[in-house]
Amino acid sequence: MSGSIQDTFFEECEELLEATDEGLTAIEGGDHDSEVVNAIFRAVHSIKGGAGAFGLDDLVAFAHRFETVFDEVRSNRLELDEKLIQLLLRSSDQLSALVEAARDGGEIDEAHNDTLLAALDEYIPEEEEDLTFEPMGLGGPAPMMDLGDLGGAPAEPQEETYRIRFQPLKEMYGTGNEPFFLFQALKDLGELTVTMDENELPGFDAMDMSEAYLAWDLVLVTKETRSKVEAVFEFVEGLCELSINGDGDAEAEANALAALDAMFAAPPAADAAAAPEGEAPAAPFEPPVPAPEPEAKPAAAEEKASAPKAESGKQEQRGGPKPTLRVELERVDRLINAVGELIINHSMLAQQIANLNVSDTRDVETELEGFKNLARDIQEGVMAIRAQPVKPLFQRMARIVREASAATGKTCKLVTEGENTEVDKTVIERLSDPLTHILRNAVDHGVEKPDDREAAGKSKIGEIRLSASHRSGSVCIEIKDDGAGVNRPRVKQIAIEKGLIPENAELTDSEIDNLLFAPGFSTAKEISNLSGRGVGMDVVKNAVTGLGGRINISSSPGKGSTFTIILPLTLAVMDGMVVSVADQTMVVPITSIVETMRGSDDMINSLGADGTLLSIRGNFVPICDVAGGLGLYRESDQQAGVYLLVETETGQRCALAVDDIHDQRQVVIKSLDGVCGEIPGVAAATILGDGKIAMILDPESIIAASPTAAAFDTERRMSNAS
Amino acid sequence: MQAEVKQTDQEVKHAEHSEFVSFTVAGQAFCLKITQIREIRRWSPVTILPHAPADVLGVMNLRGAVIPIYDLSARFGLQQTEASERNVVIVVSVHGKPVGLLAESVSEIISINPDDIQDTPPVDSRNTMEYIQGIISHDDTMVRIINLDAVISAPEQVMP
Repeated sequence: MSGSIQDTFFEECEELLEATDEGLTAIEGGDHDSEVVNAIFRAVHSIKGGAGAFGLDDLVAFAHRFETVFDEVRSNRLELDEKLIQLLLRSSDQLSALVEAARDGGEIDEAHNDTLLAALDEYIPEEEEDLTFEPMGLGGPAPMMDLGDLGGAPAEPQEETYRIRFQPLKEMYGTGNEPFFLFQALKDLGELTVTMDENELPGFDAMDMSEAYLAWDLVLVTKETRSKVEAVFEFVEGLCELSINGDGDAEAEANALAALDAMFAAPPAADAAAAPEGEAPAAPFEPPVPAPEPEAKPAAAEEKASAPKAESGKQEQRGGPKPTLRVELERVDRLINAVGELIINHSMLAQQIANLNVSDTRDVETELEGFKNLARDIQEGVMAIRAQPVKPLFQRMARIVREASAATGKTCKLVTEGENTEVDKTVIERLSDPLTHILRNAVDHGVEKPDDREAAGKSKIGEIRLSASHRSGSVCIEIKDDGAGVNRPRVKQIAIEKGLIPENAELTDSEIDNLLFAPGFSTAKEISNLSGRGVGMDVVKNAVTGLGGRINISSSPGKGSTFTIILPLTLAVMDGMVVSVADQTMVVPITSIVETMRGSDDMINSLGADGTLLSIRGNFVPICDVAGGLGLYRESDQQAGVYLLVETETGQRCALAVDDIHDQRQVVIKSLDGVCGEIPGVAAATILGDGKIAMILDPESIIAASPTAAAFDTERRMSNAS
Repeated sequence: MQAEVKQTDQEVKHAEHSEFVSFTVAGQAFCLKITQIREIRRWSPVTILPHAPADVLGVMNLRGAVIPIYDLSARFGLQQTEASERNVVIVVSVHGKPVGLLAESVSEIISINPDDIQDTPPVDSRNTMEYIQGIISHDDTMVRIINLDAVISAPEQVMP
């Protein structure tokens, strides 16, 4: 039982950590808006609360310090300088690590934890009451924080009287909040008088047990700042109708207005909305129905005054989260399978009707076409459920870059683009490792040391750009660094040393770059604990090809390298060419096919004992017999007479010889995992219209296994070299 | 394909008995516990898996799932079955996954008293010892009880 509640907690933690990361990234980008700070504070606080409930002491202790520092920031006692932001980012990483450790029972790096705690402690004042007024960083990028405090909280704390009208909505009770505790918290701040307003309480008969009828009028005399008072109500925000009127409010607002006027020279009318500024429920007359985020309005209005360019995006973001539904992944997968069946079923039906020998099938065909379109619609809809933005993945990558930079003593920043690009969930999950590897490599090998960078006339801080975009039915992910680029002579040297290429091989620049993906290649001179772990980029390449994708590298010396990963949108369906090989029907992914042609005898040339080359418009490409490559034997006399020209990642071309081409269609991919082990040359299976299973071929591995094609490749290099 | 059920006197002592489905593979009688069997289908040509060992016939579409089909005869080290329309595929569930086993034909459902199961006498064939859990005498013939977990190892190890 507790397990499932804990699972929910960790799920929520993940979302909260994402929110924290997102907020910190915004702050790092110069957005020091109080709403952003508040959002992080709330997220960290929620993690702390949940962790407390499960007795996760380490997590609680860390979250507490983290939260306290944020409390200082949001009450404007701490300035967000570069050093603090870096510390906060590291702390957020540590918080993730602690959550992970708590969930998976792993170990945490105690020393690192203690260092961070100590660093955080430095920012926490000894006494909570310490109210030294920090002048706002006028030179800073966002000089508009908590203006209310500017007026409302003078350097000398004075006694103030707040009149609070508090009317909980029934939702508040639904979330387990109890007015009593709120009052108790208020009482800690100063002298509190509570008056209950029961005017709305109906007669006993008319009473709805789940409705909330009571309201309270509170009078609080306290030396604390207004934000402290508001903080008490922080967690019932939106769950109650609340108004807080301080005696000094009128004055404070006037001050704030004056300050705003002075700063932005904006017309006072526009500032009327901006005045309460970050102190949402301050307006004496709240609208009767509370908005989910009462701060959103003034914050946005204020932005209008200060940063009109950032406005549109921000408002969208803050429009409150769209309602979502949490569904077990398994249910979605079942749906996807069912839709797959539906598509197969459609092609079966179509085939049956074609076999019926009925003269006029036009009407049926029209309906069948409609069926097909509907099935496609459903399929797309279902796929969209699985599709998720790459944002969380990219956020995690920011952490990887930070850690890698810290470990190598370089300074790198990760710039992300196209975070909202949606990709299949499985693709995102399986991209995590290859991306981590590439980014670590980029920091470790790509970006130069700060001094070298300066010498090369670049900024000391290395920039790694991670972008995602949709490109004609596939997803393109690009990792671009502004480092030194691939050291081609050295790469070639190593490849020769490791026997990957013959000594006298002559390679093009791109061929050299792609040697990085060769198995057993690693350029690190000394084994750094970061990326040189014996596994190289070939692992990355395998992971990407495993997802049905391709990876390429381009590099220009001194300017940096770019890795481009092209992935299919979904792992569930693909376009394939239906061919027959040795009486078996098989499917070749259409993405790998460059051209198809029917061969004649005079196009085939022998090379060596059993090598054959196909001449295409004067070019010779090796022929790779699919049947032979798969270990199949033709029972009939039929010869492989049709050639599919395919191109491998390395740009090598090869003609796959098959018996015939039947059709080109969308097929549902059925994994062979768990059915049998890995079969060389076969990527997966699919079910055809006649209910038969067909193998989906993997041209890359067929070519790799084909002696002719492989031999030809080496020969060509050798002959080029001589 | 429904096998004919033969009533015997033994079935009176129902509670202690377990029911087994008996079938022939390469002329020999084998049986599997009825609870291990999910369904029995008529043989239809399968899709060949490239590079598969001789006892893996290929894969079949079972209501949208891709399931591997094994030739029991080849698996037991007997000659390969010439699969035809008369043969049957016994779909069993091993390690939580459906797997098809090709058998010559299904004979009947027999009720077996656990006490009647005899240990496999030591013979000079490791395969046999591994795959056969025990033997019983039924209607004066010897029926071999298959140890399914040994015949179909975990999916990862099925193919080299």
